[in-house]
Amino acid sequence: MKKKVLTVDDSRTIRNMLLVTLNNAGFETIQAEDGVEGLEVLEGANPDVIVTDINMPRLDGFGFIEGVRRNEKYRAVPILVLTTESDAEKKNRARQAGATGWIVKPFDPAKLIDAIERVTA
Amino acid sequence: MDMNEIKEIFFQECEEQLAELESGLLKLNDGDRDPETVNAVFRAVHSIKGGAGAFGLDDLVSFAHVFETTLDCVRSNKLEPSQDVLKVMLKSADVLADLVSASRDGGSVEESRTRTLVKELEALANGEAPPAAHAEAPKPAAAKAEAAKPTDDSGFEPVPFTFEGFGDDEEPAVQGSTYEISFKPRRELYSKGNEAALLLRDLSRLGEMSINCDMDALPDLDKMDPEDSYFSWKVSIKTSKSEDDIRSVFEFAEWDCDLEVKLAAADARDEELPMVPVPFDLSALDETPIAEEKPASAPVAAVSKPASAAPARAEKKESPAAAAAAAAQNNAAAAAAAAGQTIRVDLDRVDRLINLVGELVINQAMLSQSVVENDATGTSAVNMGLEELQQLTREIQDSVMAIRAQPVKPVFQRMSRIVREVADMVGKSIRLVTEGENTEVDKTVIDKIAEPLTHMIRNAVDHGIESPEKREAAGKDPEGTIKLTAKHRSGRILIELQDDGGGINRERVRQKAIDNDLISPDANLSDEEIDNLIFAPGFSTADAISDISGRGVGMDVVKRSIQALGGRISISSRPGLGSTFTMSLPLTLAVLDGMVVTVAGQTLVVPLTAIVETLQPEASAIHSFGATQRLISIRNSFCPLVDVGRILNFRATQANPVEGVALLVESEGGGQRALMVDAIQGQRQVVIKSLEANYTHVPGIAAATILGDGRVALILDVDAVVAASRGQSMKPEMSLAATG
Repeated sequence: MKKKVLTVDDSRTIRNMLLVTLNNAGFETIQAEDGVEGLEVLEGANPDVIVTDINMPRLDGFGFIEGVRRNEKYRAVPILVLTTESDAEKKNRARQAGATGWIVKPFDPAKLIDAIERVTA
Repeated sequence: MDMNEIKEIFFQECEEQLAELESGLLKLNDGDRDPETVNAVFRAVHSIKGGAGAFGLDDLVSFAHVFETTLDCVRSNKLEPSQDVLKVMLKSADVLADLVSASRDGGSVEESRTRTLVKELEALANGEAPPAAHAEAPKPAAAKAEAAKPTDDSGFEPVPFTFEGFGDDEEPAVQGSTYEISFKPRRELYSKGNEAALLLRDLSRLGEMSINCDMDALPDLDKMDPEDSYFSWKVSIKTSKSEDDIRSVFEFAEWDCDLEVKLAAADARDEELPMVPVPFDLSALDETPIAEEKPASAPVAAVSKPASAAPARAEKKESPAAAAAAAAQNNAAAAAAAAGQTIRVDLDRVDRLINLVGELVINQAMLSQSVVENDATGTSAVNMGLEELQQLTREIQDSVMAIRAQPVKPVFQRMSRIVREVADMVGKSIRLVTEGENTEVDKTVIDKIAEPLTHMIRNAVDHGIESPEKREAAGKDPEGTIKLTAKHRSGRILIELQDDGGGINRERVRQKAIDNDLISPDANLSDEEIDNLIFAPGFSTADAISDISGRGVGMDVVKRSIQALGGRISISSRPGLGSTFTMSLPLTLAVLDGMVVTVAGQTLVVPLTAIVETLQPEASAIHSFGATQRLISIRNSFCPLVDVGRILNFRATQANPVEGVALLVESEGGGQRALMVDAIQGQRQVVIKSLEANYTHVPGIAAATILGDGRVALILDVDAVVAASRGQSMKPEMSLAATG
């Protein structure tokens, strides 16, 4: 069974990089452009792991993570925060919202894959 | 998709973000305090930084970081976005745009500009915000010299994601130490999607370990909360890695567990105690009631032995090709669902479609004509079908043109930067107001108006608007205003450039024209005629050509490039109140409204925009002037008569004007000419076919088209013909730039 990754990022560049990286590593990838869309596709996507950006229009990463954690079915899905924020405050907020871990951009593909494998069985 | 394609996407996205950034900053400048505006501005810079980081564009990253830090102060209300602050930010946006261009095209940005702005931005960020840790020492600018280590001097230091632990044998293989780890997860650890079992699995990859699970806290089944955490582990691991490496395994979890890592007592004493590695296998725990009752967090179910973990990882990577193919399918579906409102299409495809539709229009016209010729019009079914076809063709044509239509916004936004820069250079304070930025026009038109518009804006800032002192003395707002407006009017786009400056100095313009031999000293000119002199070739109003609007190009070049687009430009000016330039342009360069005329048996098309009126000359109105020149008197003024057939060498002698039709056209410099043609066939929209692309440039001819009968008709280059009639040679650059 291929693992399914839901990525949520408003940057087309990053979305494409995630797509290429994840596909090359043999993941199935579903993409959303912001938190609102992320929550919309969540149900049908049924992901094994979620990778999300923080700064996004409409609904930011914090709000999105909280939304996922409120969903009875997906509240235990590992969520990795993909962001350029390196300061502890943002990481903490993400953690309080329910993030599992984080990857600091600029990510290198190997690190992204490792992080995903780290939080998934 | 490869990295280069993604990079291309990145630069496209940068353009969008830069536009977003600028429009957001301008909104803030106008007093908009909507938090979403600030957020959008912040996000734009943030996004650029994120993508730039992924491509290792260090100059861009470090500048974007400083910019972003300052914007963050605004976002968190630590910094009030005053006019002064926004001035720095707008300049920074310009530098950011330049850095993006430099990264794309391989150029470079003046280091001093970057450095100055970095300092100003940092000053803003530190001025009111508590000084950030990295701001204490004066930092070197984030410029090229430091490009090697940009992350350090900008304070932007990505926390490395430490996975060096896995199979990374770079570190010297020391004998290894034994650590004792006590790990007690709290329930929060599970609720955030972390897994004790996975953490232990990762830990096991660091070396040989033995593990001991403490289940004492486990209550009776009826008292058990499936969400809670009851287990804790004691691990003893022999590894060559450091304590930090061990701790980094728990990087995601350290807040939500009690973790203790220490060197084993024996190890501390430097005594190698033989340690018996206990096989690490928690699969037995699968059967425990805990696992059954904790479906959400199931801490143990997934744990496998280190021995089996490795093959499992390898398996996953075995069929990447098949996986990618399947994933691609899924993605296509997902993307289609997600895309929603817009799609991106390669411009070539649209151009091809436009060409095809052009062929279709011609084909349809030919079909209609042959039906008429074969007198099949009597059949009402054929007639109706033909009419419907005609309507559909027209509709398809309009729809396809609409695909290419784009708002003028990007060009207008570029202008605001030019106003800022030039105003700065000449020490004026000028506000650019834009209106109707969403007016749409064909992309080729947009691409081609940017240059003349830039030149006109420079002119308006440099010559149009007075210095603040002069303005104040005249009782005006010291800050000048330039207004740029776009609107649709009768199938054309109207672009107006209005300044509230001093207006055209007619005395000076007149004097200059006399000095340059453009007019005779005793010429009697109306105000309007004087104003229009600035479009005359070789005219420049500035006493000294400045490096801003000088550049060796005058308004005549602007006028010519507007005309090359099939457009017109006019000026109206009121002394002391300012000037308004009005440009009227076709919405597309692919089709043209033309008057189809006959000249010496040939069919020609004259662009409708050039024609002021048509008239049937009477013998009494024709006056000879010199050997060959003839004039026609129209409403008591004389206008040179130009025989198109003669100019184009269709015939050897001039035709009798009374037998033909005169087309009164407006030519370069505002003067009028009457073009003599034999007859008018009608008025029609024609598809422009480039003559240069298919044949070669022909003087006096702008382009060609294909008529309904399948014959090629030439489109007249009115300005070139008029120029030829003046005895000048027909210059190729005056020809109408044709597409298609």
